[in-house]
Amino acid sequence: MKKSSDFEFDDLQGLLRFGYGKLTDTCFMLLNIANVDVAKRWLDKAPVSRAIKTNPSPDTALQIAFSVQGLRALGVNESIIDDFSDEFIYGMTRNENCSRRLGDIGRNAPRYWKWGSDVAEVPHVLLLLYAKKGCLEAWRATVEGEYFSQAFQLLKHLPTSDMGQIEPFGFEDGISQPEIDWADRHSTDSHANDRYTNLLAAGEMVLGYRNEYGQYTARPLIDPKKDRYAMGLPNAEDDLTLKDFSRNGTYLVLRQLDQNVSGFWQFLDKVSDSVPEKREQLAASMVGREQNGTPLIAEHIPGVSRKDHGNHFTYDLDPKGNHCPVSAHVRRANPRTGDLPPGATGFSVTASISRLIRILGFGQKPEEDLVASSRFHRLLRRGRGYGPVLTPEDAVKPDAPAAERGLQFICLVANIGRQFEFVQNAWIVNSKFDGLQEEPDPLLGNREPLMNGDSTDHFNRPTPSGPVQKTCHLPQFTTVLGGGYFFMPGLRALKYISALPANGNGGSS
Amino acid sequence: MTPQSTFMIAATVRVGQLKNLRALLASMNKVPGHADPGNSLIPFSRFDRLHFARFVIIEANTTHEIKEFGVRPRPWRPTLAFLGDIDGDTHTFLAEVADHAGSGLREIFSHCEDFSEENQNLLEWMNEHNITPKANYVNWIGRTVKQIHEEAALHQSLSAYLQKIVDDVGRENIRPLRQQLLSHVEMEKYQGRLTLSPPEPTLTEWKVRNLLHKTGVPLTLLLLSPLLLVIAPFFALRLRMLERSDPELFIRPDYKHIEELSAQEDWDVSNQYSVFGDVKPGLFRLLTFKFILLLTDWFARHVYNRGFLARIKTIHFARWVFMDNNHRVFFASNYDGSHESYMDDFINKVGWGLNLTFSNAVGYPTTRWIIKEGAQREHAFKYTQRRHQIPTEVWYKAYPGLTATDLARNSRIRQGVEIRQSNDTEIREWLSLI
Repeated sequence: MKKSSDFEFDDLQGLLRFGYGKLTDTCFMLLNIANVDVAKRWLDKAPVSRAIKTNPSPDTALQIAFSVQGLRALGVNESIIDDFSDEFIYGMTRNENCSRRLGDIGRNAPRYWKWGSDVAEVPHVLLLLYAKKGCLEAWRATVEGEYFSQAFQLLKHLPTSDMGQIEPFGFEDGISQPEIDWADRHSTDSHANDRYTNLLAAGEMVLGYRNEYGQYTARPLIDPKKDRYAMGLPNAEDDLTLKDFSRNGTYLVLRQLDQNVSGFWQFLDKVSDSVPEKREQLAASMVGREQNGTPLIAEHIPGVSRKDHGNHFTYDLDPKGNHCPVSAHVRRANPRTGDLPPGATGFSVTASISRLIRILGFGQKPEEDLVASSRFHRLLRRGRGYGPVLTPEDAVKPDAPAAERGLQFICLVANIGRQFEFVQNAWIVNSKFDGLQEEPDPLLGNREPLMNGDSTDHFNRPTPSGPVQKTCHLPQFTTVLGGGYFFMPGLRALKYISALPANGNGGSS
Repeated sequence: MTPQSTFMIAATVRVGQLKNLRALLASMNKVPGHADPGNSLIPFSRFDRLHFARFVIIEANTTHEIKEFGVRPRPWRPTLAFLGDIDGDTHTFLAEVADHAGSGLREIFSHCEDFSEENQNLLEWMNEHNITPKANYVNWIGRTVKQIHEEAALHQSLSAYLQKIVDDVGRENIRPLRQQLLSHVEMEKYQGRLTLSPPEPTLTEWKVRNLLHKTGVPLTLLLLSPLLLVIAPFFALRLRMLERSDPELFIRPDYKHIEELSAQEDWDVSNQYSVFGDVKPGLFRLLTFKFILLLTDWFARHVYNRGFLARIKTIHFARWVFMDNNHRVFFASNYDGSHESYMDDFINKVGWGLNLTFSNAVGYPTTRWIIKEGAQREHAFKYTQRRHQIPTEVWYKAYPGLTATDLARNSRIRQGVEIRQSNDTEIREWLSLI
């Protein structure tokens, strides 16, 4: 049997395995390549952190990702680039349809972004620096070395700040994460996935491995006979005659989200008649967790300790959302559904009949089984907050200090379309999510009306007594300020890139 | 009850007229691919029996793929199709459109062969060119456009009124709440602001035909069952042979093509989908395809006619049509949500059903035992369905902003107005819908 220690962690950038939570100080840089040769020389020497566990844990970390323009600028051949996904090649702002689907309309429209709005001008390189408190400046100097400023042009220093595990609205964040099955032990067969699990095939996050369909996500493979530089790349698992440029790499989605913290709490305060308990209750139902991260669902998965409750529960026993509203942010971002609606499990005759009935779509109410198979739409989140901390208590005060606050949202996925864009579109932005009406995500939704004029600025809390508790005219609390898709290569691919010949015509031809 | 019908007028486009036709059709649109409901050529919104309609120019962009089977592609000329889903029968509806949009239709059809704008009987011509689908799906048989609008208005009115009274009456006082809501409906009806028309009587002729179909298909299959049993092993053998030898085409769709398609998508909560391709060569595939569609049609008419097609609840209407003397198949649907979520729903919820039908079409990913794999080969499936998709020039939906789930909920709200709930649980359930 495979062990998780068999995984090629030494070829994997660490962010795929660690959140670097202990490295509280961060510096996120968006760069353009100024001098290709110098940049490659710098890349060759860059102390990129691998996903290897060390004792003691490291004091610093460096991660690197490239946009498609960055790969082109470094001379990666078009035949390699062509095999990346359309989403990566053409970008987050590739057309109006994409913006409509991602909710990047109205105030979120790319034309108002601070960076990344023009596909052709997405920064070449994203550099993520992490360090223990007080060690960042020294680490940055080490990383940059002598000729950094010759190699790159710093386009933007994305603000970040140490907020602990709390996001700017004041809620514990980063609790719901998939657990990657490094040892490749769990079955991706639908029969084994009737119910929800956090365990996820490595291929959902890391390119070059089997995903939850048991398939290899389309990716750039290179014929080593045609490209002598490719010899050092890993083999393609599904075709040993080819080299896998993307193996141990992943797509990195970055979105800068401005959060109007005082606007959020002051609105809640107003509609709660300034009663703190009511205000906090409403906020918790919008988020789907208490401020300390406790889910609003009491149920936990049998066999899992209560301690892990935060990420081990489903909404199966709360189909109507009486405990956690269907529209709550965490419920939308991960509905925790299995491949089949709840019912008998096992191999008995009755269980098999029950299964067949559910497969054929019978026995479900009209509002049931609308959202299924969450496992195909998971994100590995690695974001960091920015701006000065403003506690909810201070935020409700009319003289709450204004400042730029928000989230550098980062997620890692193997399929941008089926994972990030799907979640953002079908679950977060969609005002008809899971049978709702007029309700996009209470935190992230833009409040743009539908084409027929229907509003999308509601938030409803179902109640056991019957009538839902409506909150109307929600303002927009978050605004997109920028974004882009990046590719975070494995270490050997990074070497391949930095070794490409200087004329820019390297790679397979 | 008023059952739904379909129409699909298809005719070859005249040589050299394609560009003009496209421009003319585009002039009906408000945003790319979406009809202005009141456009001057065909003011769709004045036809109150019309649910969905579209103009699509069917082109065989993928016809070369059949070469992989060692078969020469058949010639295909771009064909204009005008199709829609309506309440009541096709014939009277076409007469109605010919009456009220005659000049617009003539102008459009004049781009087609064998139609002359001056001396043509439009209705006759349309009837001659109407194609009946091999299988047809209606989300809810009997739910009319009129009913949808009336029930949407009812929901809106009740929702606003409940909001107004809930705090005064008290959330827990469900019986007084219901009483006041029902009185509100009566008052609004009296004032003429709400209408809840009773369903029309079902035509006896339809009832008889429906019953004959409902019993006839299973009876025939029962009669043929000894024969089918004898054939079964040979069928299975042949099927597995073909499944192993049929070429799987892993061709990524051109990004320009995807851009063209997606430009029309996600303006409303619903989208349209038109796909066109070749039936795999050989009698075996054709007969299997026809047999599966016969069953699909039967299940759609008699089983899946109450808001769900197996586990899919987001399809309003769908149809499967054979064209070019059974060599090609055209599929059209109207669904809720974005294209990506529609396809993911297909793969994850009804991959088996998709495999049953479309594994008989060229380019479909390899299946095992006709229901396994296929759509689950995610990339191959997503590539092939996008590659075979064709843009829709003009699309009309009579109730923008409403999903099939919305329609089902509004009907349940109306039901609660007309039939009193017997216990508190039911009252709470009804109130929670509003």
